[in-house]
Amino acid sequence: MQTIATLQKGEKGIIQEFDIARVPLKLIEMGCLPGNTVELVQYAPFHDPLYININDCYVAIRKETAIHISIKKITQ
Amino acid sequence: MSVNILKVALIGNPNTGKTSVFNHLTGLNQQVGNYPGITVEKKAGFCKLSQHQKAKIIDLPGTYSLNASSLDESVVIELLMNKTDEDYPDVAIVVTDVENLKRNLLLFTQIKDLEIPSILVINMSDRMKYKGISIDIPALEKELHTKIALVSSRTKNGIENIKTLLLDYKNLPSNPCLDTSKIDSEYFENLRKVFPNQSLYKLWLVISQDVNFGKVEKNTIKDATSFTTKSSSEIKKLQHKETIARYKFINDTLKKSYIVDKSKATDLRSKFDRVLTHKVFGYVIFFAILLLIFQAIFDWSSVPMDFIDTSFAHLGDWVRHTLPAGNFTDLLVDGVIAGLGGIAIFIPQIVFLFLFISVLEESGYMSRVVFLMDRIMRRFGLSGKSVVPLISGTACAIPAIMATRNIESWKERLITILVTPFTTCSARLPVYAILIALVIPNQRVLGIFNAQGLTLMFLYLLGFGAAILSAYILNKILKIKSKSYFVVEMPNYKLPMFKNVFINVLEKTKSFVFEAGKIILAISIVLWFLASYGPGEKFNNAEEIVKNEVVNQQITDSELDNKIASYKLEHSYIGIVGKTIEPVIKPLGYDWKIGIALVTSFAAREVFVSTLATIYSVGSAGDEEETIKDKMRQEVYPSGRKVFNFASGISLLLFYAFAMQCMGTLAVVKRETNSWKWPLIQLFGMTGVAYIIALIAFQFLK
Repeated sequence: MQTIATLQKGEKGIIQEFDIARVPLKLIEMGCLPGNTVELVQYAPFHDPLYININDCYVAIRKETAIHISIKKITQ
Repeated sequence: MSVNILKVALIGNPNTGKTSVFNHLTGLNQQVGNYPGITVEKKAGFCKLSQHQKAKIIDLPGTYSLNASSLDESVVIELLMNKTDEDYPDVAIVVTDVENLKRNLLLFTQIKDLEIPSILVINMSDRMKYKGISIDIPALEKELHTKIALVSSRTKNGIENIKTLLLDYKNLPSNPCLDTSKIDSEYFENLRKVFPNQSLYKLWLVISQDVNFGKVEKNTIKDATSFTTKSSSEIKKLQHKETIARYKFINDTLKKSYIVDKSKATDLRSKFDRVLTHKVFGYVIFFAILLLIFQAIFDWSSVPMDFIDTSFAHLGDWVRHTLPAGNFTDLLVDGVIAGLGGIAIFIPQIVFLFLFISVLEESGYMSRVVFLMDRIMRRFGLSGKSVVPLISGTACAIPAIMATRNIESWKERLITILVTPFTTCSARLPVYAILIALVIPNQRVLGIFNAQGLTLMFLYLLGFGAAILSAYILNKILKIKSKSYFVVEMPNYKLPMFKNVFINVLEKTKSFVFEAGKIILAISIVLWFLASYGPGEKFNNAEEIVKNEVVNQQITDSELDNKIASYKLEHSYIGIVGKTIEPVIKPLGYDWKIGIALVTSFAAREVFVSTLATIYSVGSAGDEEETIKDKMRQEVYPSGRKVFNFASGISLLLFYAFAMQCMGTLAVVKRETNSWKWPLIQLFGMTGVAYIIALIAFQFLK
């Protein structure tokens, strides 16, 4: 399954439906909603945490959250 | 003519320049809560709008939404939900960042739905040109039912406009942006039937979160919470739906009035991030910055510190020679001036530390540190956000513990609170400095390193090491289930604004000096009394007793005076206390005078030096201008062995490194954890460890 955690640096994806129980409301409020674009800007060592750009909103989240947000990769 | 005071709440997402707007509106006319923290305390300031109209502006902690996920954020909702609160606003100013308008408007629509008259401030308008942004203000005002002030807190543009809008607050529309009930018509219809006269959005907010509300609202809330026909997962689903509805409204609104021409945008962020968050250079730069901070605190600040030190010594000397000799002069010199000098000497270090922290916060770099350090810190049960408290802890544990409030996971936050007092705070520094100067030889090791400097560095590393190790142990022991999530905004890089940094450093230094100062001053005076008076014959007849003892010895007058003075001290109230605890601390290598300093240190560590200063100056009759260091060096046991020798010095250093000796910290831990359990665990746990380690060290070295 493709999730935010499987993105490589610079790659983008479209957020799909996800189990909202596993994603903090704060992240949802920052724009982590189905249909929005997400880009992996940078990752820390061990691929965790992940520095992402959702809809021009830049946030860092942990891998444990990222694996619950499925995406569809955009191929350029 | 009376002056009307309009109550204004300043609300906004973090990193929108809310504090800059606050600083521009109120200048230095601010009142901040007790202790420094990162905009966590409720800050209030006044702003003159016209001849007859003033505004009291409350700077609320930054929050992303009214659905609070941390203690900081709950402050905002608690105030806005409680109409009976004395600070309940007549008007809300919602500050947004022009570059992040879409996300920032989420909070704005929530505030509007509470039906509070609101002004929308769109800040950082100076960035529009670089980012190719253009906004149709009248259209946006119409869509959002509000008045807008386009502001640049950097150039001060538009600040006057906010004041004009505030004056005209009666004409602000207070109708909501959205109809929340649409997300589940049936459920909200039921709510309306049960609570006919209540705002539906308010009820929904009450139901959807567990925030501690004010008294009057509580009754309604009890009923409302009993109304929950929804499980918490269903409520979250509704919140999700609500968020989608809000973004839909915002997107539709912005589509017409907010245009970004990406071809004109310049991108500094990615250039900086490529280096600053790099998996090698990122850490190298972070550690270089840490080194720079320590260099400033320990090296650069030594010049002003020496100056303050000698100034107070001269002042004391001058007062002693100017005023007539007597009890009052003694109290002034040995109690008050010595005590004040003990506080003032910290100022340079505190200023440097807060200066660095506020520049790093303002520039947006601190979030990158959180990002880089999170994974490493998590291994020890901490969070990336624990880095800021641990660094702040090198100045003072009190603001550091308050800075943990934005850690969402309770377990990570608790562990951070518990271990932060291990980091070497600036109050330990004067104790370390004086002991190191006494017992560590001032010579070079391996040709380049100074032995005294190395010892100091070792003590700092020991503090961090103790913090990390105890976090690791606590993480294994504590069985606390708490939802751990971590969402950190990575703000744009910004050049720190001088005014913000200046006000921040000033406020924090001021409150540190005053809060710590009160304690130190009070203790110095009490101590002076306890050392200058005593019960019974032995104290009152000290002169005769000593004279009789030395009647057959060859002794000069000044030697005799010294003997009398120290005999008096031994039998004063404080001397009795010191003598009583001597058996407990003797195995650590301390005499009863050090014992007194240990006891008073439990109020605050830095009192150690001023206590010894008081004791030794009371305990000597002379008025010779000696530094405290010289006096300590001259202290000997009857056997001739120095009181401050290598073994007892190391033992003391280790005791101060580990022991929990700070009432201020204990009080703030009690407040932040809402229980006496955790501060007591810190007090006995840390002090117990300190005792054992100091004991082992002394017994090995003596």
